[in-house]
Amino acid sequence: MRYVALRMRTILSAEHLSFGYARTPVLRDVTLSVGAGEFVALVGPNGSGKSTLLRLLLGTMTPQEGTVELFGESPAAFRDRWRLGYVPQRPALGTEVPATVTEIVMAGRLRRGRWWQSLTDIDRVAVSHALESVGLSDLASRPISELSGGQQQRAFIARAFASEPDLLVLDEPIAGVDAESQRRFRDSVVHLIEDHGAGVLLVSHELSAVAHDVDRVVVLKERVLFDGPPAELASRGVSLGIHAEDLPLWLEELK
Amino acid sequence: MTPAVALPIALPLVGCVVIGGFAPLIGTFLVQKRLSLVGDGIGHVAFAGVGAGLLLHVWPVWTALVFAVVGAVGVEVLRMRRKASGDLALALFFYTGLALGAVFASRTGGLDFETLDYLFGDPFTASAAGVATIVALGVAVSAGILVLRRLLFAVVTDEEWARVAGLPVDVVNIVLAGATAAVVVVGMRVVGILLIAALTVLPVASAQLLGRSFRTTLGMAATIGAASAAIGLLAGRWLNVAPGGAIVLVAAAVFTVVAIRKRAAPRSLITREADA
Repeated sequence: MRYVALRMRTILSAEHLSFGYARTPVLRDVTLSVGAGEFVALVGPNGSGKSTLLRLLLGTMTPQEGTVELFGESPAAFRDRWRLGYVPQRPALGTEVPATVTEIVMAGRLRRGRWWQSLTDIDRVAVSHALESVGLSDLASRPISELSGGQQQRAFIARAFASEPDLLVLDEPIAGVDAESQRRFRDSVVHLIEDHGAGVLLVSHELSAVAHDVDRVVVLKERVLFDGPPAELASRGVSLGIHAEDLPLWLEELK
Repeated sequence: MTPAVALPIALPLVGCVVIGGFAPLIGTFLVQKRLSLVGDGIGHVAFAGVGAGLLLHVWPVWTALVFAVVGAVGVEVLRMRRKASGDLALALFFYTGLALGAVFASRTGGLDFETLDYLFGDPFTASAAGVATIVALGVAVSAGILVLRRLLFAVVTDEEWARVAGLPVDVVNIVLAGATAAVVVVGMRVVGILLIAALTVLPVASAQLLGRSFRTTLGMAATIGAASAAIGLLAGRWLNVAPGGAIVLVAAAVFTVVAIRKRAAPRSLITREADA
């Protein structure tokens, strides 16, 4: 896309990852990388191992074979966690106890070793900037449970933005989200890539909102079936605007 | 009232207000973590500790504290290692504690008045040293929670995210478990083991209906808890009924009033439907 540097700095890499439960293989020899300023989309049908791959990449699970590197370090040794922005798949909608959008996003400013310190003006500016980039400034003081599903999802994206990450990992952030939220989502992610040079790994069924922005598509089904620019995928007759339900069909065609 | 008459009520009043204020502070995080009943489970484990203390002729508060901390941390460890869900882990400790309590009590000759004091509490038997302990612990735990509230909030709201963000999730969970155990043991002399868990959670139930932010909900829960404790203690004294029970009934009454008033104007429900 915009950041087509000749030698792109790799910020997330996985090499020859394998993982399985008992006798059921989930991932086989998966190799994947995300460079600074690169927008990579990871697609695959349900049960293709996307969630497992994500956990291995983020370091909440350890691969049985292969290695993962976050900014050149193993996930267990990687300490500058603020550089990694993460948007989990559908966090609990709303909260048991009321919490405002700002309170949720503020969590993104917690840094190692200064959890007890009060927030500085720098923190407040970062939070309001994050809220602005997802279009939630007007709803900042509303309880999150009063927001629609799409707006809630944007709040969780803002929490990831608040730490000003160099790598953003999103798990199904726009599944079943309204058009307005999808457009806002697309704008904010592109902003993060263009203005901050961050790398983005997006796991999603629906790529129509970002079809023109994605640099590389990785198709996963236990192993990597395809890894290349969307244009190449299009030349094989697969459109990224394709509807989620049809995805397994064109995945079969790729084989 | 002359000072000579006022003093016997002043001491338990201070104890009740402090415990009533800081129990819901911890309770707010427990409710957010969907572990509202953890205090109750820990209470049953603490009861086993009381039994052990009476059996071994050790001050029961110490043995209760040891049992409660082991129980609270045990629930967390089982939950973290995924050996059991939060609910099931709680049940395991809950019933084991109750069974141990029954066994210990049978060895000391059944439930006597002293055991009943721990079950239902009696603030009027609290000594100046006992109230001083409550105040010291209450101030320490409240200060710790207020200082670490953003970290605690982030962890209990979204554990998966917090782990990826590099927050000390396991440490926070253990600390919260330890603080819960401390509340139960400190509160057992005042409202009793059976009711301290209620005082931890009921004010939060009212506050979460009234609050719009976590911060204000936290403050309201503490205020409602402290006020319920004061009103319950005085009403209990006035009507000559068990103060522990009166305190919890006041907290339940507050919830009823708040819930009915909210029902008349369910603002959050309306907006939620409109956005959906």
